[in-house]
Amino acid sequence: MVVMNFDFFVLFVNKEVLNMDYVKLINCMRCGMCLPSCPTYRETFLETASPRGRVALVRKLQEGELEQSERLLEYLSLCLDCQACASACPCGVNAGELVAEFTCERKESSGLNFMEDLILRKLVPHPDRLETSMTPMRLYQRSGLQKLVRTLGILKMFPRPLARMEGLLPTLHSRPLRQEISEVTAAIGTERGTVGFFLGCVMSLIFSDASRATIRLLSSLGYTVITPRNQVCCGAPNMLGGDMEGVKEAARTNIGIFAAHEVDFIVTDCGGCGAELKKYGHHIGDEAASAFSAKVRDISQILAHHTEELAPLLKPLPLKVTYHDPCHIAHCQGIRKEPRDLLKLVPDIDYRELETADACCGSAGTYNITKPEMSDRILQRKIDTVRSSGAEVLVTGNPGCLLQLKKGINDQLPGVRVMHLTEVLALSMDS
Amino acid sequence: MERSFIKELQTIVGEKHTLSDRESLAVYGYDSTPELESLPGVVLLPGTAAEVGRIMRLCHGAGVNVTPRGSGTNLSGGSLSAAGVVVQTSRLNRIIEVDEENLTATVEPGVITSVLHREVESRGLFYPPDPGSMNISTMGGNVAENSGGLRGLKYGVTADYVMGLETVLADGDLLRSGGKVVKDVAGYNLSPLLVSSEGTLGFFTTITVKLIPRPQGKITMLAHFPVLQDAALAVSAIIAAKVIPATLEFLDKVTIKCVEDYAHVGLPLDVDAVLLIEVDGHPVVIAEEAAAVAEICRKHRCSFFQTAKDAAEAFKLTEARRTALSALARLKPTTILEDATVPRSCIAAMLKVIQDAAKRHNVLIGTFGHAGDGNLHPTCLTDERDKEEIARAHAAFAEIFNAAISMGGTITGEHGVGLAKKKYLPKLVGESGIRIMRGIKQAFDPKGILNPGKIF
Ligand SMILES: Cc1cc2nc3c(=O)[nH]c(=O)nc-3n(C[C@H](O)[C@H](O)[C@H](O)COP(=O)(O)OP(=O)(O)OC[C@H]3O[C@@H](n4cnc5c(N)ncnc54)[C@H](O)[C@@H]3O)c2cc1C
Repeated sequence: MVVMNFDFFVLFVNKEVLNMDYVKLINCMRCGMCLPSCPTYRETFLETASPRGRVALVRKLQEGELEQSERLLEYLSLCLDCQACASACPCGVNAGELVAEFTCERKESSGLNFMEDLILRKLVPHPDRLETSMTPMRLYQRSGLQKLVRTLGILKMFPRPLARMEGLLPTLHSRPLRQEISEVTAAIGTERGTVGFFLGCVMSLIFSDASRATIRLLSSLGYTVITPRNQVCCGAPNMLGGDMEGVKEAARTNIGIFAAHEVDFIVTDCGGCGAELKKYGHHIGDEAASAFSAKVRDISQILAHHTEELAPLLKPLPLKVTYHDPCHIAHCQGIRKEPRDLLKLVPDIDYRELETADACCGSAGTYNITKPEMSDRILQRKIDTVRSSGAEVLVTGNPGCLLQLKKGINDQLPGVRVMHLTEVLALSMDS
Repeated sequence: MERSFIKELQTIVGEKHTLSDRESLAVYGYDSTPELESLPGVVLLPGTAAEVGRIMRLCHGAGVNVTPRGSGTNLSGGSLSAAGVVVQTSRLNRIIEVDEENLTATVEPGVITSVLHREVESRGLFYPPDPGSMNISTMGGNVAENSGGLRGLKYGVTADYVMGLETVLADGDLLRSGGKVVKDVAGYNLSPLLVSSEGTLGFFTTITVKLIPRPQGKITMLAHFPVLQDAALAVSAIIAAKVIPATLEFLDKVTIKCVEDYAHVGLPLDVDAVLLIEVDGHPVVIAEEAAAVAEICRKHRCSFFQTAKDAAEAFKLTEARRTALSALARLKPTTILEDATVPRSCIAAMLKVIQDAAKRHNVLIGTFGHAGDGNLHPTCLTDERDKEEIARAHAAFAEIFNAAISMGGTITGEHGVGLAKKKYLPKLVGESGIRIMRGIKQAFDPKGILNPGKIF
């Protein structure tokens, strides 16, 4: 897991007028249609914590009416970038993205600070280093130290962000999936095509069972799955940290790597990666990048395309199941129907729709570490809806959500399991 | 605003609920009205009616202006304050009571309209006013603007449901008017006077509204018209046939395209207009009404007539209609929307006036609205940076207002006068109208501290 604490980033005060697309800002007509959808507005009822307010703040910065004060940056930093506002906006304004673009714009002129540079440039883009950085965590868990720390409550002595991270961390496998999986997994039965598998960092490091299930499902449906070992982080953490150059660097590397293989699709089971990969075309702006992005699919999109072939592989699973829409899948990629259709395909499953299923769970990259209080409030709403749904299994499709929901569910609804969509489908194949 | 005064206000609502940093003031300096902005001096978020009373008393003593604010979605600049105190109602958001014996609901002003809908509908009851903004707007704002909605044709507007108000007056005293009784002739009828007062006569702290039984069923229909005038004539014909649909909404070609781009509900892109029609009530009756509506639309050369197959499809269609105004903003950065209203029989003539004005002044106008109420929303799509075009837009609207007045209509059917339509009001109500209104204002607020500068 990437250790980033954005509170740490010194908020540089710099009075330069921004260079953002002004029309995007004045397109907001302030109708407020976004307000009910915004998790932080729902919690605070404050205009500064609303999408409409954030667009206005950035606009006034651009117009030179406001300065980049610490307070202003603090207001903007409360945005989860869940983009629920973008789904709700009839005039096509994306407040979340505008705030993110603003962060990039600002970092471009101020430069990365020491920690940002260390994490975003020296750690994240290098899978080996990233994986090694997790070794102490593994040792920590394996040596029994974690148990000791938790029982003794030593965590209270740690700085808050570190304590939060400790709480989020599930049990790790002995080795990340990237090091274990073979580069080529053959199709089972007649070959239907070849897909490249984009293995997200967190999926590989923490949720390898889900990604194993993903590969298995793809090969069972007749796809040869290529998982290039040299692929690098998608760049989403860089985007979050305002490091646009880092995003582009990641994009170029991955585009080059996948170009070396003949694949029909580039598939990922990480909602966050999928959303970022689909934007490579926009970031880089050349043909190769657009071609790459056009091939990217969330795993649910591919599977939903093959329900006829998938159905005979699935065996009854008499479970009460509900689905949480990850922001990066529902709001950023517009995928809502596919995961539900797939769950309903499982025989005997009792599917229940979650109330406000597409509201953010409060994970939002590193938000749960940098803004713990707000994150917990948002998570609590989610847990309450899960409770009233009566579900035994909470399904989702993004590792950030998995981490966050597991934490909330473990604390409050210990009987409920949190699973990735592909894990549920694999379970049904095996049952 | 002086820090010492802000400090005094802070002792009433607490530090957390007193916003005076530049950034906060900036985002409470607008509402949904285009082209208007104004920086308040401080924003307060009181948690009780008593706090509102104390704020008013303090401001009254100091001669400081107070502007009530709900969700800031009004379209006439009504919630803007020039350097004064903005009192925002988001924390006054309790549904105090739903009285199933008297069929009333009593709420605090910050309750969101659709939240009240859901609460009463879960008990088989119905609160009809449903402005396009119902998922955002507050009950206080609805009462202060006398908001209409999509169901206005059959059920009327907010004023038709307000039974009682508790209002904090300019000097901080409390005025109770009306209540749960259905009949009350004791003195002047003050509640209806306070409805649509746009925050200039008092601050509502408790609102009691009338509820009715929830209609048993509804049928939602969509009719496509290749020719604009045919749609307008169909509207008048439906009403003349003594069918009163709950909803009779009109969308022209520009609006259809924008809404479809956003909502993807399958609206036709090759026709001049559509009508969204909803009849509700007893299943047997609405089946007959729906058949009559279909017949009239066909007679008026509609090219396609669709009946929503289930509740989900019906919901999608009406929700799509609610996005019309915002969706129009997809085309150009600035949307200037008006709500001139004419007697229903004049809808076809009014549409013609709008088209002609747009052509004459060379501006792009999309029109949609509550056609059944005679209340159209011609919406000019423009760019605030193009001052010359903005001037032409205002010239076109001046023509539209004048035409509305001459047809026996009004300059604003539901958005209020606020700042945006001040200059047209004397033309509509005349000198005596203005004199009486000023007199009423004087009686309620002799110091003129409540939402000054609005209406006249
Ligand atoms: C997309 C969109 C669609 C809309 N559709 C419709 C529609 O279909 N029909 C319609 O009529 N309007 C419509 N409107 C206009 C607007 O939503 C209404 O005027 C609404 O009632 C405003 O509510 P608000 O809570 O936002 O009030 P605000 O805009 O905050 O305030 C409006 C006025 O009410 C006063 N006020 C607020 N609270 C109080 C209080 N407690 N006591 C006294 N005065 C108070 C304010 O001072 C101000 O003058 C629409 C607006 C938008 C943006």
